[in-house]
Amino acid sequence: MTGRTFEAVRAGDELPELVVDVSATTIVLGALAARDWRPMHHDHDFAVNRNGTQDIFMNTPNQAAWFERFVTDWTGPTGRLGRMKFRMSGSVFPGDTMTMRATVEKVETDAVGCGWAELAVTLSVADVVATTCTVRVAVPNGKDDNPWKRRGDQWQP
Amino acid sequence: MSDAEQVEAMIGKVQYEEIGGFPVERGYVWTSCASVENANPLFWDDAVADEVTDGLIAPPTMLSVWFRPHHWSPGRDEQPMPLRVHFDLKERFGLPEAVMSDNTIVFHEPVRMGDRLRTRQILRSVSDPKTTKLGTGRFWVIDVEYLNQRDELVGVESYTGFGYRREETPA
Repeated sequence: MTGRTFEAVRAGDELPELVVDVSATTIVLGALAARDWRPMHHDHDFAVNRNGTQDIFMNTPNQAAWFERFVTDWTGPTGRLGRMKFRMSGSVFPGDTMTMRATVEKVETDAVGCGWAELAVTLSVADVVATTCTVRVAVPNGKDDNPWKRRGDQWQP
Repeated sequence: MSDAEQVEAMIGKVQYEEIGGFPVERGYVWTSCASVENANPLFWDDAVADEVTDGLIAPPTMLSVWFRPHHWSPGRDEQPMPLRVHFDLKERFGLPEAVMSDNTIVFHEPVRMGDRLRTRQILRSVSDPKTTKLGTGRFWVIDVEYLNQRDELVGVESYTGFGYRREETPA
């Protein structure tokens, strides 16, 4: 199985954009897949008239799942997430077009030889950033390395 | 013992240990992948999973999914409260409002099909009183640790919360 390798990653690299037209179905599917039954993620009337938002909106765990998909589309299956940090400043509603973008901020090999890329990821709606996320992802460092096989002290996320 | 001393005594203490209501299972993995159109063959192709991850695993970002209770279950008459340490602190300090400012997830051992995970909450820090544009209150950091049935750490979510009271607006 092939995937992106450490020697092919450079600081400053940009990931291919991911553009998604968001519907009410997108929001509801995501909330239910995350087992988040709170009504602001599936009940328009509750969201607008009780919660005071413009519509139902995407929940945080589903945004994390979108970020994971976006990053591993780029790394391939041998990419292994180590760490994600979010900061949300806006919401994603039905009818929005959301765009995910990312830049490789840094590459490094850690003390046990694992190759890491640190990504600055944004999720934007109409070019306004709704969520920023930093992701630390390991990719194979050499033809014999597979981050998923690292155990114990060999995995330092 | 003052409130502050009581909270100081809570720092680093394991609280609210809980076992997931059901084992990690593939149907939910597919539901999650379908919701974001994630075609990663690790989750769809057994041969790839065997080669790369020594068997089927769940997407790392599904960590918290395994602890959300069913919307209904027999005999339960109240909804369980997530992140109870956060609500304990709001009550302890008398802070009616709260926001979460940051959420960090660190992924350790892969989560595998059939795993029965458990979780626990640990308060890491509480700040002195601070005033922000929201009001006056305190910041706190809570870790939620996830472990598998072999007591291996599979992930840690860290939440930074700010509990506060809105400033009185002069009449």
